[in-house]
Amino acid sequence: MRKFFDDITAITGNVVKVRATGVAYDELAAITTNRQTSLAQVIRLEGDEVSLQVFAGTQGVSTGDKVRFFGKPMQVPFTENLMGRIFDGAGRPRDGKPEITDDPIPIGTPPINPTRRLLPSKMVRTGIPMIDVFNSLVESQKLPIFSVPGEPYNELLARIGLQAESDVIILGGMGMRHDDYLTFRNAFEAGGVLGRTIMFIHTASEPVVECLMVPDLCTTVGESFALQGKRVLVLLTDMTAFADALKEIAIIMEQIPSNRGYPGDLYTQLARRYEKAVDLDGAGSMTILAVTTMPGDDVTHPVPDNTGYITEGQFYLRGGWIEPFGSLSRLKQQVNDKTRDDHRAIMDACIQLYAGARESREKKAMGFEPSQWDLKLLKYGELFEKRIMDLAVNIPLEKALDECWEILAECFEPHETGIRRAIIEKHWPKKLNDKSQQSQTVTTDAKD
Amino acid sequence: MPGKIAAVFGNMVTVELEQEVTQNSVAYCCRADGRRLISEVIRVRGSQADLQVFEETRGLRIGDRVEFTDEMLSVVLGPGLLGQVYDGLQNPLSKVALQEGYFLTEGVYVHALPTDIEWDFTPAVEVGQEVTAGDTLGTVPEGIITHQIMVPFHLRKKLTVEKIAPAGKYTVEKEIAVLKDESGQEISVTMEQRWPVKVPLNISEERLLPTEPLVTKIRIIDTMFPIVKGGTYCIPGPFGAGKTVLQQLTSRHADVDIVIVAACGERAGEVVETLRRFPELIDPRTGKTLMDRTIIVCNTSAMPVAAREASVYTAVTLAEYYRQMALDVLLLADSTSRWAQAMREVSGRLEEIPGEEAFPAYLESRIAGFYERAGVVRLKDGRIGSVTIGGTVSPAGGNFEEPVTQGTLKVVGAFHGLSRERSNARRYPSIDPLDSWSKYTGIIEPKKVAEVHNILRRGNDVKQMMTVVGEEGTPIEDFTIYLKSEFFDNVYLQQNAFDEVDGATEADRQRFVFDKCLEIIRLDFEFESKDQARQVMFYITDLFRNWNYAPMDSDEFKKILAEIDEIIATKGKLVKEALVK
Repeated sequence: MRKFFDDITAITGNVVKVRATGVAYDELAAITTNRQTSLAQVIRLEGDEVSLQVFAGTQGVSTGDKVRFFGKPMQVPFTENLMGRIFDGAGRPRDGKPEITDDPIPIGTPPINPTRRLLPSKMVRTGIPMIDVFNSLVESQKLPIFSVPGEPYNELLARIGLQAESDVIILGGMGMRHDDYLTFRNAFEAGGVLGRTIMFIHTASEPVVECLMVPDLCTTVGESFALQGKRVLVLLTDMTAFADALKEIAIIMEQIPSNRGYPGDLYTQLARRYEKAVDLDGAGSMTILAVTTMPGDDVTHPVPDNTGYITEGQFYLRGGWIEPFGSLSRLKQQVNDKTRDDHRAIMDACIQLYAGARESREKKAMGFEPSQWDLKLLKYGELFEKRIMDLAVNIPLEKALDECWEILAECFEPHETGIRRAIIEKHWPKKLNDKSQQSQTVTTDAKD
Repeated sequence: MPGKIAAVFGNMVTVELEQEVTQNSVAYCCRADGRRLISEVIRVRGSQADLQVFEETRGLRIGDRVEFTDEMLSVVLGPGLLGQVYDGLQNPLSKVALQEGYFLTEGVYVHALPTDIEWDFTPAVEVGQEVTAGDTLGTVPEGIITHQIMVPFHLRKKLTVEKIAPAGKYTVEKEIAVLKDESGQEISVTMEQRWPVKVPLNISEERLLPTEPLVTKIRIIDTMFPIVKGGTYCIPGPFGAGKTVLQQLTSRHADVDIVIVAACGERAGEVVETLRRFPELIDPRTGKTLMDRTIIVCNTSAMPVAAREASVYTAVTLAEYYRQMALDVLLLADSTSRWAQAMREVSGRLEEIPGEEAFPAYLESRIAGFYERAGVVRLKDGRIGSVTIGGTVSPAGGNFEEPVTQGTLKVVGAFHGLSRERSNARRYPSIDPLDSWSKYTGIIEPKKVAEVHNILRRGNDVKQMMTVVGEEGTPIEDFTIYLKSEFFDNVYLQQNAFDEVDGATEADRQRFVFDKCLEIIRLDFEFESKDQARQVMFYITDLFRNWNYAPMDSDEFKKILAEIDEIIATKGKLVKEALVK
């Protein structure tokens, strides 16, 4: 049953008010102007006045335009045919292929019952040592990448998408530059994963309301695949754009802002999306990695701050690499005891020594004379950055652990690393050890 | 006559009234598809009432029917609560899962207590006996405790027992007694009763001053910033500082009868951790699993916001119920900031004039009202019960100057402030030893605690000075104080949560180790150089750390103790000599 209403009483920002009856909260509508038809969502009911958030913006909307209500909330098709397809924030194809209308499901499903969740237990290997060794990513984890604008966060996200083990990849772009969208598409195509990738892309030039839909579209589709037993990886970039879109709508709706103009329910809005990450008892899983750009490199900004309280850790991307100190994977303890017996020891020792290396560097910069120990640390810091921290390094976990041992052996005596003796005896590179006993100077080229 | 929906905005519904309503009474919004969404009346203006809906409001229409009840939002109390996982409205989640599968569907409400279990009832009164609210009618064994079936708390008159069921097996819905009031009206009593969550439940002779320490086996808490049974405390901290780990450790080791975990607006994963691990962990006090003494009330961040507020009150009401049985109950609320944010959201939709950071003006009185529900009471029969409340606070940007932290600090008895600096330096638990405070007296003599506190403060001052004048410019006396404060921090304040022995330190051991630490701190080592001072103190630190890992009274423990005593007796002579070599 289609109903038309044409008594538009107010147009402000992206919101249109129309007199209508029999409308349900959160229902989807379409508003037809003389230029285009745009989707809209009911965000407030007050007597016979309905507030609609118009996806395409209210430019060119006339008080005489027609509004049609669909009698159902926003939906997204769910079928295998989604694989390899690219859509916009309103769910329209942006790859020139036909629209999909099969099996629509409403977006924004109820929360998962906590008793049907599993304890996360499976590591997701990415080939990036700073993640695999030091802050392991775990299936069903929700993890943001905190990044200063300018850092190669999209490249990192694309690489994780390409290399992480998963059945379905869903990319959600919010406020994305068109170039970045093309970069992602090309990267996934070249990597041969486009066939199991679904993209929902909102670019910066498109209406802001469509940006709000992207996380829900991604997680709704992802959740449905997870319920079928698939391992889903959702990549979102950039959640700060999403939060800014929320702010814009909230201010138009005359809500009282709480912190730097953001609405009081920012935490709830973000949490509802991130909490979709899940390992289902008896089905699949959904892992969410999301970029959060930090305005002014300020982690106390409301968006990264609220995000940090919601997610299970964070990766800091700073100066071109994943910062070892602020970064944290809260779930790593669940998996890094099952990989290799030296994993935790290497993880602790390498970071502690690297912290020492930074201190020595500071000392040196302040003009103090470096001690013998400082010199060792300085050398270690350099090698560690070059062979482990550099984002170009692409090796499996076991290789990365071996590489860490090599670096340690090139720089230190076994007892200086603070690693337990039993583990040293088992893993300390033998050949190098002999060499270093023969002469104090160790050649950096140890691979011959 | 029911009312009709006149407006919907977020989780707020305005209803055109056609009947009388009671403030805070429960109402149901009837959706077109037949689902009834539970709501609460939070404001009445003229012929309109504002309701907060405890579910998503998607699909509600103008003109939809609203049914009002005259009951306030209540919980069901009775045997079978222990070991349950509830949502904020006391729906048992495992039963909901059996019925609904993976999702928490709107409008699905399940009875909070198992109705199929037959409890072994033993009567405790006789026909003709006079009773009043809260008196024990009989008992049933509920896992680790003896659950008292009490005269319904809302019956505030003198009553006479007309009928009492003989010993035997009954379900919670079976009548176990009939009481008669003075007007001759008969009241049928079952094992379950209801109580409104926002009304404090306290039927006792008097409230006592809380003094008995509540041992958490976390050294920095028990020794430095103690909590007591019936007291209150809060844990504010930035994200990643270890609030939740601290709460989980407390829920495991705290020396109380019952622990109620209110996961309010936090990650579902943390609830999963508790509900999957606790059934496997044995409680040394009872020999049963930890789950047997635990109730989880969870409204995780993805669940409807309005129910977040309810979850905190639901949890505290359950705690008060068990206090009526003369038990010691610990309520851990994680996090009260999310509860405050829920209030802020509702207040914003009501278009109330906002206070600081858009929080409502009544924020502080609500927080105070919640913490005031803690306390130790002497019941009518002289027995003592207590409710202790520990709440975490998640301040925006880790800044303690915000309204929720400040509102909480005014009303709690202890403050365990977590610091980002300490957690970054991997000094766990990251409770800041200089900023935190407690108004209670713990297991260690306050004079001794003050002495250590003084050393920590002075050590910190010296450390600050050293960043300016360098180690060279610091006198050796000051340097030694700094080393001693570091020593105490390292071996006593820090604790390895993942180690079986070090992770939980009994009160006796704390007293013993603390005294030994104090002896070291008081000792004049007569150091000759800073290098020597550092090396000796490092050695002693290492010794104490290994001591912490040794089980009490094991051979290893005694061996290290002997060495420590030797150091104290000789002022570290042997260590100094060994280091020269």
